[in-house]
Amino acid sequence: MAAGHHDSDEVSDASTGVHHLHDSKVKNPVLRWIDQRMPVISMIQLEYGSFPTPRNFNYFWNFGALAMITLAIMIATGVVLSMQYAANTMLAFDSVERIMRDVNYGWLLRYAHANGASMFFIVVYIHIWRGLYYGSYKTPRELLWMLGVVLFILMMATAFMGYVLPWGQMSFWGATVITNLFSALPLVGQHIVTWLWGGFSVDNPTLNRFFSLHYLLPFVIVGVTFLHVVALHITGSNNPLGIEPKTKKDTVPFHPYYTMKDSVGIVVYLIVFAVLVFFMPNYLGHPDNYIPANPLVTPAHIVPEWYFLPFYAILRAVPDKLGGVAMMGGALVVLFFLPWLDSSPVRSMRFRPIAKWLFLLWTVNFFVLTWVGGKPAEPPYIQIAQICTAYYFAYFLVILPLLAKFERPLPLPESIAAAVLPRRGGGPLPAGATAKPMEKA
Amino acid sequence: MRRVFPALKAAAVAAVIALTPAASQAAGEAIHVPDTKFSFDGIFGTFDRASAQRGFQVYKEVCSACHSMRQLSYRHLTGIGLTAAQIEALASQFQVQDGPNDNGEMFERPARPSDRFRRPFANDAAARAANNGALPPDLSVMVKAREGGADYMHALLTGYADPPEGVSVMEGMYYNKYFPGHQIAMAPPINSDGQVTYADGTTATIDQMSKDVSTFLAWAAEPELEQRRAMGVRMIIFLSILGALVYAVKRKIWADVH
Repeated sequence: MAAGHHDSDEVSDASTGVHHLHDSKVKNPVLRWIDQRMPVISMIQLEYGSFPTPRNFNYFWNFGALAMITLAIMIATGVVLSMQYAANTMLAFDSVERIMRDVNYGWLLRYAHANGASMFFIVVYIHIWRGLYYGSYKTPRELLWMLGVVLFILMMATAFMGYVLPWGQMSFWGATVITNLFSALPLVGQHIVTWLWGGFSVDNPTLNRFFSLHYLLPFVIVGVTFLHVVALHITGSNNPLGIEPKTKKDTVPFHPYYTMKDSVGIVVYLIVFAVLVFFMPNYLGHPDNYIPANPLVTPAHIVPEWYFLPFYAILRAVPDKLGGVAMMGGALVVLFFLPWLDSSPVRSMRFRPIAKWLFLLWTVNFFVLTWVGGKPAEPPYIQIAQICTAYYFAYFLVILPLLAKFERPLPLPESIAAAVLPRRGGGPLPAGATAKPMEKA
Repeated sequence: MRRVFPALKAAAVAAVIALTPAASQAAGEAIHVPDTKFSFDGIFGTFDRASAQRGFQVYKEVCSACHSMRQLSYRHLTGIGLTAAQIEALASQFQVQDGPNDNGEMFERPARPSDRFRRPFANDAAARAANNGALPPDLSVMVKAREGGADYMHALLTGYADPPEGVSVMEGMYYNKYFPGHQIAMAPPINSDGQVTYADGTTATIDQMSKDVSTFLAWAAEPELEQRRAMGVRMIIFLSILGALVYAVKRKIWADVH
């Protein structure tokens, strides 16, 4: 555009320029001004206000929101804790104890953060279980599911490194055992371990980098969570029936219906969290981690945090080190392929009479893996772990690919509304019949 | 089909509760530690100040000959009911090293309330040299660092006995019913009635002294315990009321779509 004379049409077009601004519906003039230029308010209204959501969620659908809340709590407490924590092998243990004694409400911050990690895994395990039971991983939600698996793995890495920071005995020896797993890789294994450690043993450089990464990864989790939610808002949520909403009658706006239902879950969640933090803050931890790290004294049994026990059991079920590492990694990697391994088009286990029971067995199997993961690696626990590991994989690699060929699913309801709204006179629901308020437990 | 969920939820909760202690107790064969009744047991328990103060006296006169408590300062003792003046007087009994002064020399001075508890040994090597090669552990968080906590402390201190038939104890080691492996390098620290003289007239039996020092160590490990529980009770009451209100609002909002 040349300086000086302008074509008159062009000038008026640029001066009004209405079509460049977002068509905001916000009433408040200041917010409207902002929203026209940066429509975040419209976006929130669209994605969390009027967003059409299946009307038939049960309380299992709270756990995504709960995971989000937990992430926020972890970042908030973690940022403040890091202001008092010293990432140095000589100072770390004492700096944590100083937080517990001399920092105002430091004990609250630390216990909330430590138990928050456990709450995070409880919530996310239930969230994943929900996805598995109701088939939320199936098309078109494959990418949504895979991003979830990425989040789970990032969480595991973050939690593992966070547990190292207090520099107690389990911190040190847990870090030693887990980083040593990489030495099982042929040729490059030992080099990778040295590289991870930043030296020839778990020492100050290891603690420094773990602290750095423990601060970094939560923000990577925030980023991937954003993508997870973007993907969710394209496909929309799955629901307990596993059928897509067809008409407006099948959905309700997210707000106030699910903001309110999530609020109920959040309060219940906070009560459980409060019981842990205020009355049993060390129940899920290991007493050995209150012994300062000592490279010369190995604890009798090195046990990871409870949320790693199922995978620890799989690791130890295989007599060969590399094989164990491969199986443990495989137990996570197999989840990425799940959308293509399950050959049944029926999502919800409610309509899969055989798969439902085999999946509930898988659930029990997962609890048993957790239990043996905390037992010493000796008979009969090793044999139990081997059987459970076999079933863990068989469910994904054999049962789900083949079962659909034999299983006859139950008939799916014609729509969500037809399935969940009360029928009048036995006939199909006439339009407008929902107008009368109904109490339903 | 919905029927499975209540049962499953209950099973999941039960499993989590049942499994987690199993995980943390995985270490070693379990030695049953007898339950001691402490004032700080339960949700509403608090530290018996008199017992904790007597326990501090036991620590000061017996344990502190070998065991440090490096996380504690004298000023922290307000937590078991000592006054500022008492703490100042108490601290001044101990000589601690300070410096360097303007001449670059380290010097000794009476301790102040802000000083950490004086350590019995200059370093771990000195501690080992004085104790037959064994290192007396720091006691600051000992109650949190052992399975069984204060119950275990009390059991250990009162658990010395002659080894049972057929069990031999190594040279310089002592048999203890509750120590993992039963052989402990620490000689019975609390070994005779009246070993300390309590100012409040409490009879200083071995059991009483052991219980008092366990109370003191429990406080030292978790000085925030009373504040934490009091806040927890308020928190649960608040959340329960909030939960009832939120649930009522939820029911009302959902009433027109069911």
